[in-house]
Parts: sequence; structure tokens; C-alpha cells
Amino acid sequence: MSKIRVDGVYKIFGDDPDTALKMLKEGASKAEIQEKTGQVVGVNNASFNVEEGEIFVIMGLSGSGKSTVVRLLNRLIEPTYGTVEIDGEDITKMNPEQLRALRSRKMSMVFQRFALFPHRTVVENASYGLEVHRVPEAERIERGSESLKRVGLEGWDNNYPGELSGGMQQRVGLARALAVDSDIMLMDEAFSALDPLIRREMQDQLLGLQSELKKTIVFITHDLNEAMKLGDHIAVMRDGAIVQIGTAEDILTNPADDYVASFIEDVDRTRVIIASSVMRNPRETVGAADGPTVALRKMKDAQLSECLVLDRDRKVVGVVRDDDLARLSRERAESIESVINTDVPRSAPDAPIADLYAAAAETTIPIVIENEDGRMLGIVPRVSLLAALSGEDGTNGS
Amino acid sequence: MVPEIPLGRWVADLVDFLRDNLAFLFDAITWTISGLVSGLQWAFNFPPSLVTIALFILLAFWLRGAPFALYTLLAFLLIDSVGMWQATMDTLALVLIATLFAVAIGVPVGILAARNALVHAIVRPILDFMQTLPVFIYLLPAIMFFGIGTVPGAVATLVFAMPPAVRLTNLGIRQVDAEVVEAAHAFGATPNQILFRVQFPLALPTIMAGINQVIMLALSMVVIAGMAGAGGLGSQVVRSVSTVNIGLGAESGISVVILAIFLDRVSEALSTRGQPPA
Repeated sequence: MSKIRVDGVYKIFGDDPDTALKMLKEGASKAEIQEKTGQVVGVNNASFNVEEGEIFVIMGLSGSGKSTVVRLLNRLIEPTYGTVEIDGEDITKMNPEQLRALRSRKMSMVFQRFALFPHRTVVENASYGLEVHRVPEAERIERGSESLKRVGLEGWDNNYPGELSGGMQQRVGLARALAVDSDIMLMDEAFSALDPLIRREMQDQLLGLQSELKKTIVFITHDLNEAMKLGDHIAVMRDGAIVQIGTAEDILTNPADDYVASFIEDVDRTRVIIASSVMRNPRETVGAADGPTVALRKMKDAQLSECLVLDRDRKVVGVVRDDDLARLSRERAESIESVINTDVPRSAPDAPIADLYAAAAETTIPIVIENEDGRMLGIVPRVSLLAALSGEDGTNGS
Repeated sequence: MVPEIPLGRWVADLVDFLRDNLAFLFDAITWTISGLVSGLQWAFNFPPSLVTIALFILLAFWLRGAPFALYTLLAFLLIDSVGMWQATMDTLALVLIATLFAVAIGVPVGILAARNALVHAIVRPILDFMQTLPVFIYLLPAIMFFGIGTVPGAVATLVFAMPPAVRLTNLGIRQVDAEVVEAAHAFGATPNQILFRVQFPLALPTIMAGINQVIMLALSMVVIAGMAGAGGLGSQVVRSVSTVNIGLGAESGISVVILAIFLDRVSEALSTRGQPPA
């Protein structure tokens, strides 16, 4: 069961949503509806599922409705039509009491401009959610303090937010969300107000925390690189509608329409495309047990001057060159072992290709992609890396 | 030709009607206010003036430090030496009680106005009315309801001085960062938790600025309240005007100014106390 299920949700601002809905269903655009009826379509028929433990990114330009969508999930904004289910429970039918319980126990939120309470100390901010559901003071200060430690703000407990830098303030925002120990975290452009360097640091910290805590996170951003870096799944929004949902790679390699394509034009592809999507099988490999003559014949057939040597478990032992093999063959040597060069660049299949360029610059040997046991999955030759940069890497559609 | 509207008679009839039918209410108000004012006046006048001045100096030193303490010493000694001590203390008591009532009524009304558009729409013109109606005019019904003396003066003063408490409370609550209030909602806070633990504390500097204004307005009104026989510095001013006594006018006028500066600085210091760094 999905943790969050959003089904056919609309948000129409105005006093006559039915007319606007009818026009939407007849295919009228957001601008037309606003001109004719004065109703503003905030969210247009959004449906998506968020699985437990994933980071689901909703991406779009300002005005695309992404911040509205995230507020529909805890009803800070009331959906006009449709259902929002959290753990299978339709929250649109909850009374205020149930809704408050949901907000204080199951969800927490991090805001773009931090939204800290300036009249409370850092630890009082961090423990705010606990105060709301009346945890005794000593316990909540302790838990708030722990949460601050977790985001790297140890020792700032008794300062006021106004004394902290932007990055630190957002860490307090993050600590406040973590302290209540809710399953779901909603993050509304949480890092957008931060300097680029601080932002990257916070993204890394979030990923670090996430690998440990496994929360279900809905993350709103207008920054594609951020979306690609954080999102297990990404929904792209435009004019209140979701135009595509997929993994970073899906969206990069198969943009649903020109809008998405133009959006991803300037993304740093090398940080998104991972090694496994540009790797291919080597044309030929040599067994570690093969003699020099056999090995040389294989390479000649495949027209290779260099070739990987695999053991029986398909683990890469190293690489051999044809001239060395020819020499061994003349010397009638039995084994190729003496000429195997074991200095082979290796990488994991999920490494972004940005990580492969340095290795590729140093050697002509293709980079070996291997799984955790060391078994070869494929290779990435230099030429594939260059092709991936230009987008003509064969990952488009094929 | 425009038909004549007997507005004046209607208002006069209304005042008569209220006086005849709500006498018990006016009696209760009279009893409460005169009791409180005379009690406080007694408290200020009972100790020897030097003792009271010493207490004021301690307060001044605690709130703002030595220079203000020195001002307090010299200023109140001057008041005492020109024979205005008792009148000044009577006025101080009247101002404080009027402020107390103005704040006790004004702040809750301001909170309601901030949270409810209808209340806001109703309250606004009433505040305009209260602030711009010539002050002598509501001295008249006050005298008719409460007779001559301290109470009509206090009532007229608190009505006149209340609007800033309402306005600035309303403004202060509305100015609280919407995202901060949203954050409180997002963490499941109840409306009361949001009001008392988020909005009110964050609006407090603005509300305190409003209270400071209430005090200043109340002080400017007490002179006029003197015409209703409220006593204190107001009576001294009225007497100096009616007898063209420049000397008395100067002494009582300067006493009002000294008291005003003292109250302004004290209330300002109280309002900035305990504010977190920005």
C-alpha cells in the first residue's frame, strides 16, 4: 500500500469551482478559465502515489501549483475535489480534531523561509511539535536537543533563531520536523532560500539522514538538479497539472513533452545519468585460464588491441595487450598471467557518470562496472562518456 | 429644501433613556472606578513624597539605568517643590486606572478584529468615531451618566485613549509572519495554542507600543477631564485658565509634561524588555 495516495485532486480558488471544473474537463486552459469565470485553478487533476521510505520530488516553476499540492497533503489548503489518503485513510473527510492529530503525529513540515518562531530559543523551536501534543517539558527539551545534534547544531540550544545564519536556521527547521518523529516529512522548497554551497551541503545532509531514518519525504523544488539529486521519483508540474512522473533518468531520457524537455535542457547530465545506463558488454573477454594463443585469436577476431581478463566468476582480473600476448605466444608460454595488468579502473553501477571522467582521462582502458561482489556487469569506454554528455548516448528511447 | 433631522434631540433622548433605565449599570461602574482610582490615589499620596520618589527612582534605574534615574529624581523633586505633588499623584492614579480599563477592553477587541473580518469592519468606524469626536463632546454624556467628579473623567479618558490599544493589537496580530502561523498549523497546534503561544507573543512589541500610546493619550485627556471635576493636574490647569493665572498654568503644565515623559520612558522600557534579538 502506498504511504500517500493522491487521486484526482483539484484545487480551484474562487466561489464557483463547479463551473471551472466543467470547463477544465472540456479542455479549457487555466488562463481561459481565469479570464471567463475569475476562478483560479491551483491544481488540476493531480494523481500520484508516494511509497513508504522514498523521496518524492514535485518540481515545477513558480506558479505551477507545486506548493499548493504539498499543502493539500496536510490540508493547510483544502482540496476542492478528489481524495488524499495517508496510510489508506482519506484525510479530506477528517474533522478538525482528527486533522490536528494527523498533523502533529504523522506529518511534519519544513518551510522555504524557515518559519521559525523568533521569540523561542533554538531548542524550543526544535521541540515545538512535542509541545503541541503536550509532551512534558523535560522530555521535549531533551528530544529537541537530540534532534539538533542530529542536524549538527549541538550547543546552539539556547540561542535565538535571529542569531543563526540561513543555513543554520533551516537546520533548526529540519530538527523541528525530525523531533516529532513523524513518518512523513513535507519539505516546501526547503533549500531554495539558501546559498548554493550551503544548499548542496543540506542536500547531502538530508540524504545522509534519509539513509538512516527512511522517512517518506515529499520534497518541493523548482531546481531540476536538486530534484534529480534527491528524488527517487519526480513529478513535473505545469499550470497546476502533473505532466510527468518518473525517476530522474526517465525524465531525463524520455521527457514526456517539450515542456519537460526544455526544463531539463540545462541539467548537469553527468550527475544524473548513472554508469549502468551507459555501460555495454565488452565485445570480447579473455579467460584467466586461457593460453596466450587462444587469447590472441579471440582478440584478433574481435579486432581488439586490449582485452579484459575474467576469472570463472566473471570477476575482472585485469587487462592484457595484444603485443604482450604475441610475445608470450612466440615464447610458447602456457599462461598469460605474467602480462595481466591489474590496474583497471572500476566503478559501481549506480555511480553518476560524473565520477567516471577522472578515471577515463588517465587511461585508455574502459572502466569496469562491477556489482558489490566484484562481478563484472559491463564496461564504459571513454567514447560512451563523451556521447552521454551530448545526449547522443543511445539512452534516448532505446 | 433638505428636511431637518432632529439628530440632536434623538441623541439627547437616548442618553435620557439610558440614564433612566440602566442606572444600576452606571452605579456599578461608578462604584468600581471611583473605588479603584481613590484607592490608588491614596496609595500614592499616603507615604511621604520623598519615599514615593525614591520608589520611582528605583523603578527608573532598574528599567533604564542611571541617567533616567537622575531625571526622575530632579523632575519629581521639582513637582514636589512647586506644590503639585498631590495633584500629580491624583492624575497618575487616574491615568493608570483609565489605561488599565482601556487595555483590558482594547486588547481583546483588537484580537477579535484581527481574527474576524466582520468584527474588524464593525470596529473600525467606531474607533474613528472615538478618536475624532471632539473630546469635550463626550464629556457631556459622561457627566450625565456619572455626575461630576473622578468617574466621568476616567470614563471619558478611557474611551478617548482606547483606540490605539485596539488598532495596534489588531495590526500586531495581523503582522505576524503568515508562514510562522502556517508552521504552527502544520504541526497540529490548536487555534488557542496559536493565539497565545505564537501570535500574541510575536505581536507583543506592537501591542506594547499601542499601550504606550494609550498612556500618552490618557494623560493628554486628563486635563480635559479636569473640566468634569476629575481633580488632579487637570483641575489645576482648568483653574489657571479660568483665573488667567500664568504662574499656576506654568507649574501645572510643566508637571503634566514631566509625568508624560516619565510614563512614556517607563512603558517603552517595559515593552522592549524580554524581546529576543532580531
